[in-house]
Amino acid sequence: MAVTITIPTALRQYAGGQASLTLEAETVGTLLHGLVETYPDLGRHLFNEQGKLRNFVNVYVGDEDIRYLDGEETRLQGSETVSIIPAIAGGSGDTSYAAP
Amino acid sequence: MIDHAVQHLDDRRQPLELVGNTPLLRLERIDPDLPPGVQVYAKAEWYNLGGSVKDRPALWMIRAGERCGQLRPGMRIADATSGNTGIAYATLGAALGYPVTLALPANASAERKRILRALGAELILTDAAEGMDLAIRTIRALVAHEPERYFYPDQYNNPANPQAHYETTGPEIWQQTEGQVTHFVAALGTSGTFMGTARYLREQCPDVYLVAVQPDSPYHALEGVKHMATTQLLPGIYDTTLPDAIEEISSEQAFVMARRLARREGLLVGISAAANVAVALQVARQLTAGVVVTILCDSASRYLSERFWEESEWVESGEGI
Repeated sequence: MAVTITIPTALRQYAGGQASLTLEAETVGTLLHGLVETYPDLGRHLFNEQGKLRNFVNVYVGDEDIRYLDGEETRLQGSETVSIIPAIAGGSGDTSYAAP
Repeated sequence: MIDHAVQHLDDRRQPLELVGNTPLLRLERIDPDLPPGVQVYAKAEWYNLGGSVKDRPALWMIRAGERCGQLRPGMRIADATSGNTGIAYATLGAALGYPVTLALPANASAERKRILRALGAELILTDAAEGMDLAIRTIRALVAHEPERYFYPDQYNNPANPQAHYETTGPEIWQQTEGQVTHFVAALGTSGTFMGTARYLREQCPDVYLVAVQPDSPYHALEGVKHMATTQLLPGIYDTTLPDAIEEISSEQAFVMARRLARREGLLVGISAAANVAVALQVARQLTAGVVVTILCDSASRYLSERFWEESEWVESGEGI
């Protein structure tokens, strides 16, 4: 089924500048791997050398952190939005500081 | 009794005197394989009043604002930050009698919000999904609407930020190493710590080697550190020609080093501090003799809810530290 995934500002430069993307996927894992197949430059930012999701990458299904669901095995219904959330909440911003 | 009491009071210190003059710690146990002629030292910046290195620029920006008349009694200090700079404003604002208003995304950690509120700061919580962008726009709109009421320090472009380090961190390192420092390592966020300290040390010793630390990706977990290669706006205070080298570090390497510093040195430090030490050790291992100095930006107390503390001690993506 088609699922929409949102991409944080810091990673959009590796995803053709897009803020979100809709892909066919049954689980969070297949969605993320599908994203990286579409945009290979995203790969090293999301996955480690063993192909596992880097441990500080935050992925949410709706409002739920996948760490508290079934991780990459979390099943998708198609109606929810999956989000990659910045690893640091707040601070003094990064690329965001460019906002006028 | 009275004489004794008066004598005792002569030893008193005002809270603001706790900004700067932090201890320089020798890291001896973190890497037993370092060449014998190489020493690694780190500034324990959590000794500052507000618990982080950010007290130094915050105090210097406040004082500069007072000197030029931009900050006057009765005004509020306003900025968008939930990080150490916000805590420094709230701490120093309380100590100096300036109320503080901070805009931050609603999903900033509960412990940060609690610290800021405990210090009396007024918090404007903005939509988490809009990130820091909205927090910054919110505070800028507030300041623009009532410029007479708010002082906006703008740490990314305020020369008082690096000046604080030029006048304090740099001279402290020079004196505490008795002029023997050969390498200085610090991460770039606003770049203030690196710029001010590095500039001072270079003036004392043209041969001192200056290493800037960067995350390996713009998506990283090193709070307070900025990925300069991809940022849309470089801080105005950043001089790209000053670093002799820029070394990248992964967030995972910083996590491993944070755990290692806790368990081998008894030093519970934050993630950017651990990143600094990881790079300082990389630099140190390539030397036969030298004194490498870096910055422990803050303690771990603001990051203890992070998951990485629970992970196994050494194993991380097969990469050596």
